[in-house]
Amino acid sequence: MKGLKKKIDSIKPQFEKGGRFSKLHSVFDGFYTFLYTPNETSRSGVHIHDSNDSKRTMITVVIALLPCCLFGMWNIGLQHFMATGNPSREFFSLFFYGFWAVLPQILTAYIVGLGIEFIVAQIRGHEIQEGFLVSGILIPMICPVDTPWWMLAVAVAFAVIFAKEVFGGTGYNFLNVALVTRAFLFFSYPSKMSGDNVFVSLGGEKAVDGYSGATPLGQIASSTEPGAAVTNILGDPLSFGDIFMGYYPGSWGETSTLCILIGAAILLLTGIANWRIIVSALCGGLLMSVVAHNWASPLYPVSYLDPITQICFGGFMFAIVFMATDPVTACRTTIGKYIYGFLIGAIAIIIRCYNTGYPEGAMLSVLLMNCFAPLIDWCVVNSNIRRRMKRMTVKNS
Amino acid sequence: MVNKIKIKKGLDIPLPGAASDSVTVDSSTSLFAVVPDDFPGYTWKVGVKAGDAVRIGDPLLYAKEDEEIKLVSPVAGTVAEIRRGERRKIEFVSVERNGEQTQADFSDVKDDILKLLKRSGMFALMRQRPFDSVPFADAVPRDIFITAFDTAPLAPSLMSEEVARHYDAGIKALAPLTSGKVYLSVPAGSGISSQYAEVYSVEGPHPAGNTGPQIAAISPVNKGESVWTLDIVTAARIGRLVTESRIDYSTVVALTGPDMADPHKVKTVAGAKLSTLLAGQLVKNGGHVRVISGNALTGEKVSVEKGFLRYPYRQITAIDEGDHADEFMGWASMAPSKYSVKRTFPGFLNNLGKPYRFDARIKGGHRAMIMSGEYDKVFPFDIYPEYLLKAIMAKDIEKMEQLGIYEVAPEDFALPEFVDTSKIELQKVVRDGLDYLRKETL
Repeated sequence: MKGLKKKIDSIKPQFEKGGRFSKLHSVFDGFYTFLYTPNETSRSGVHIHDSNDSKRTMITVVIALLPCCLFGMWNIGLQHFMATGNPSREFFSLFFYGFWAVLPQILTAYIVGLGIEFIVAQIRGHEIQEGFLVSGILIPMICPVDTPWWMLAVAVAFAVIFAKEVFGGTGYNFLNVALVTRAFLFFSYPSKMSGDNVFVSLGGEKAVDGYSGATPLGQIASSTEPGAAVTNILGDPLSFGDIFMGYYPGSWGETSTLCILIGAAILLLTGIANWRIIVSALCGGLLMSVVAHNWASPLYPVSYLDPITQICFGGFMFAIVFMATDPVTACRTTIGKYIYGFLIGAIAIIIRCYNTGYPEGAMLSVLLMNCFAPLIDWCVVNSNIRRRMKRMTVKNS
Repeated sequence: MVNKIKIKKGLDIPLPGAASDSVTVDSSTSLFAVVPDDFPGYTWKVGVKAGDAVRIGDPLLYAKEDEEIKLVSPVAGTVAEIRRGERRKIEFVSVERNGEQTQADFSDVKDDILKLLKRSGMFALMRQRPFDSVPFADAVPRDIFITAFDTAPLAPSLMSEEVARHYDAGIKALAPLTSGKVYLSVPAGSGISSQYAEVYSVEGPHPAGNTGPQIAAISPVNKGESVWTLDIVTAARIGRLVTESRIDYSTVVALTGPDMADPHKVKTVAGAKLSTLLAGQLVKNGGHVRVISGNALTGEKVSVEKGFLRYPYRQITAIDEGDHADEFMGWASMAPSKYSVKRTFPGFLNNLGKPYRFDARIKGGHRAMIMSGEYDKVFPFDIYPEYLLKAIMAKDIEKMEQLGIYEVAPEDFALPEFVDTSKIELQKVVRDGLDYLRKETL
């Protein structure tokens, strides 16, 4: 390791101001700090620091996403094999089918997103920020498996530039970058983002008879018979166990409630995500589901779902665990977090049940609450200010 | 009746190297210095020349804004050096201790306590909020807050026989100077009491011993008000001055930290030169050692060769500098010993409360504020620290006032700075904010 360090240190001057590759300074610095924790010592204030830094924080989130990611790859294979009538259920053939299907998406997201981050960091003379490490894996996971890579590239570029960099980069964006990417795709290329033909990768093969690639929420939203049972892509009914495990088509990273709960456990155990947001969003979602279920109407078929199944479907759980808890775009005050989480949960179910145009509401709900988070915080902070002002006038009168 | 305060938010950082109870006497140090930077809020002017003979308590420097406020010599001897830095800024005034340790005479101001405090240098040992500076001479403080303990990492106990004998006389002398009350905060279960102050027993992790959270719990500072703060050692010095007419700058310093060979206490005098005070005390392990006058959170980095014991003259901490650590992929480390209040390192499973050898590295890159609620967990005030800090960074005076800047001092942001994932220099931000506010509003 000493040799590597020496080698890197010897080429370092070329990347500094006036050096041959000074235009690549940020990139070099990014890789350097990736390999070696900076030896920078404190200059002012405290002399000792906690070991946790932004890199560790982001990598923890990526680790929490891995169960969903790996399961999603396997499930892509499963759905493909089912749809094409391939009887094999061999673990690795399923997994690697999915792996190769999404690898271009993941690479596209990282190359485009990090590329822009590197360029912006260099222009601003900043260090490269790690925020996109998380966004880059999140983005493919919340898209249909067959999303063309060029669409993804356009959407990622749009989101990183207009939702993040124009506001000042990681820490200053007010909308979740991954969700902006998803929303951009959703509104720009609706035919590739929803419907019955995008969530199962057929890979050019012919589907078996009786196949339908509709997601469970898609089936319910378009069903005419209230309370009809949801089925898998071959028309067999889905048990609650299947739903909880995630054996159904959907945006590939977000179908398995079990894996999402494992991710949530990692985030909460490490103290990275805020439990208040997750718990209150769950409460909001369940409460709204109960309300919808109790007053279910044939006009809104999704409202017939029982509350537990309701929250296990679609992107709801994924959104409240991995999207709502993004510290930059969520509320920053404790009271604000309860309100913010609750409203995300409730609004997601409202959109899902009562807006028949959109089978899923989690994305829009989180984006909407991203916009309102500063207002909620403003109200909470202002009550603190009012308390302080009141104390002053009482004292001085 | 003793009032009780329970502080819940905070953190006791498990730094190894607490000083043992053994006290040695430092007789080798002969050079002592006053560092004007330790006394913010005034512009200090030199009132002596090198070679002048001074007694204990004779003025070395005076405040330009109020010439009665002095910084005095802690020892009797001759003025050795007036060191100036860039733009003739005074770095320190040092005094060589020699001859009989005679005392300055304050008999002419004996009956005017305020004048006595200013002349004897005791005034400059106190602090005021807002602005965390030496108190403004013309303002009558709303209240006076005295803390009887220090909860900072490895901080020594402030009580000694000497202090116990004199502090209440000091409180008695200070009481007429405020329009309100004198509050004495004591550690829970210590039984320290006072005839002249309202006593609060405080329980909880650091920063329970800082006056900031104590004031916040007892009676927060509002705009237009000011309070004085001091520690019980200063109160005892004042007590001794008024009762025995003796000025005493001797102090017991705790030598602490993982790089101190034998952590123990040393009796010396304020401003002692470190090269003699620390002779043979530091561990030599090949790497650089950072010597801090004060504790690891709020102390001042000092040079062993050239530095002096700095205000508040009670602790020296030595830790590894760590500038050659070259830690490979630290962000991926699974080392079981790493300390973090977050549970992102496996260490949280087995080292809760176990000592951890911190070094001076910031252990990450500087980022914008990303995580939320981190600061709040170690910040026992009814204040939203993130919003206050952002108002300071934006230089928005109205917002700073509304969000409570008058209630805080930089030291209150030491723990938030320690836990900060984004490694922002929070104490510096607050110091700059207070200075800016003062410049713009006074």
